[in-house]
Amino acid sequence: MSDAPLIRLSGITKTYGRGQAAFQALKGIDLAVEAGEFVAVMGPSGSGKSTVMNILGCLDTPTSGSYEFEGVKVEQLTRNERALLRRNYLGFVFQGFNLLARTTALENVELPLIYRGEPLVRRHAAARDALRQVGLEGWEHHTPGELSGGQQQRVAIARAIVTRPHVLLADEPTGNLDTRTSEEIMELIAAFNRELGITVLMVTHEPDMAAHARRVVRFVDGRVDSDRRNGEAG
Amino acid sequence: MLWNTLLLALRAIRRNLMRSFLTILGIVIGVAAVITMVTLGNGATKSVSDQISSMGSNLVMVMPGQRFGPGAVAAAPFKNADVEAVRSQITGARLVAPVVAKSATAVYQANNWSTVVYGSSNEYFEAGNWTLAAGRTFTEAEERSGRAVCVIGDTVREKLFGRQSPVGNDIRIKQFSCEVIGLLQAKGQSAMGSDQDDMVVMPLRTVQRRLSGSQDIGRLSISVKEGVSIDTVKAQLTLLLRERRNIAENEDDDFRVMDTRQIAETLTSTTKILTMLLGAVAAVSLLVGGIGIMNIMLVSVTERTREIGIRLAIGALEREVLLQFLIEAVVLASLGGLIGIAIATAASIFLANLMAIPYLFDLGINLLAFFFSAAIGVIFGYFPARRAAGLNPIDALRHE
Repeated sequence: MSDAPLIRLSGITKTYGRGQAAFQALKGIDLAVEAGEFVAVMGPSGSGKSTVMNILGCLDTPTSGSYEFEGVKVEQLTRNERALLRRNYLGFVFQGFNLLARTTALENVELPLIYRGEPLVRRHAAARDALRQVGLEGWEHHTPGELSGGQQQRVAIARAIVTRPHVLLADEPTGNLDTRTSEEIMELIAAFNRELGITVLMVTHEPDMAAHARRVVRFVDGRVDSDRRNGEAG
Repeated sequence: MLWNTLLLALRAIRRNLMRSFLTILGIVIGVAAVITMVTLGNGATKSVSDQISSMGSNLVMVMPGQRFGPGAVAAAPFKNADVEAVRSQITGARLVAPVVAKSATAVYQANNWSTVVYGSSNEYFEAGNWTLAAGRTFTEAEERSGRAVCVIGDTVREKLFGRQSPVGNDIRIKQFSCEVIGLLQAKGQSAMGSDQDDMVVMPLRTVQRRLSGSQDIGRLSISVKEGVSIDTVKAQLTLLLRERRNIAENEDDDFRVMDTRQIAETLTSTTKILTMLLGAVAAVSLLVGGIGIMNIMLVSVTERTREIGIRLAIGALEREVLLQFLIEAVVLASLGGLIGIAIATAASIFLANLMAIPYLFDLGINLLAFFFSAAIGVIFGYFPARRAAGLNPIDALRHE
């Protein structure tokens, strides 16, 4: 198992709708990701890059194909087992932040720990620590409405890494942010990859953001078009 | 898991204070209205039956004429001889009080008050469950000779004497003056809504001689002996009076024999119908409250669906999400129910006081209203969540 990759997709397809209206978003994806990697997934709109992220995050199920996570065949898991996989191994950052409204930063960040059943004291300490790590010390009791977009995304990142996940999945994390804030967010994500060894998969269509990754996978039309290391020629 | 889910549910309630408040409000109003209406209706029923029992139990009343109101046939009144016949021949009767009623104006010094003068005997007080507040009742000599003495009700005392003690003073009724020898304990309103204390009682002979000028008797109040069947006494009375009034076999009675139980049944059945009517009106408000809750829940379904998506994405199990929403709904609905019950209790006690009816706590209607409201809250709070929690997390997140 040690030589198996962290994530392996083989022949993944995803079809939306039926019959005449059917649309194939993914036409057979093969992809392997090793632990500790920082992968940027790029491609034009409709290329299927977000769909593959949702499948990787067990938020959506593929129409066919096989998805192995740490040697476990995900398509054989039940709905609850997939939820537990998300709870224990995955962290999410979305373009739209997806924080709970009218809920303080601290409560948003401790939410995954509540589902993990962490006791109150440990939960609070870990949540405060995560907020400090994303540079939001002193903002614990502000609600999303009182925070800027960049700050909201920092809260979302804190929520994603507070459980020390094996994999951080980020779907256009800087899509709603200005250039400077985007850079700061990318620095943060890169730092968690570098310092905590969290594997990062990030969807983006901005080459500047993809430049932070060490590997770039390009999707075109539901297929992997290119897959190369940053710094390689091209 | 339960503890954590409870925490999450309470946080969700706090987070959506306005929505929670509106949800509760609908339940509170509905529950309070239903309970208040039914409780007051029960109180009114109880009040009516209490007043009837204050008329005296085992009481049979005999009146000439067959019907009240339109179409009433004039019938010959009873005479003194009828009273004697009933006294001697109806063995089941403990006492028989003949009654003559005349309205008259009573005057004391500068005060005058128009009231009803009853001519009867001491048996009248006993049959009607009257007790003396002061003074005495009639002596045998006073009854026999028809002396001008009277026992007055509390309303007459208040109107004529104010704070003065009436006993020993003379009041004037028509052309004669009459010594007040006794004062009756106040009874309040009768079941029909008239003031039972607004009366003057004199010996039968006094009224017949000085006020009505005839031997006529308006009605008989008969108290039945303990252990004797009221129906037997009624049958005997009917037989005796038919014979004395020469009613042929094929003719109907020209008098009525009623007992207090019959009167009570008629009156309480009326108030029970009213209670049901009020309860039905209030139930509509509970229903409207339920529809209000449904509205609020449906309006917030988009936000809630996204919230469910977020929770599922960060690793909540479907059943944890559902349990949270269930707890949320149950807490809100029960809180609304409890507040509604508290308001209903306060309102019922206050209104019962105002309407001078007893406050009766009805466990059944409290439980019924509470569980109905809880069911509304759970149905409208829980089922939309159930649909959302069954979605793929990504579909719930993208819900527009």
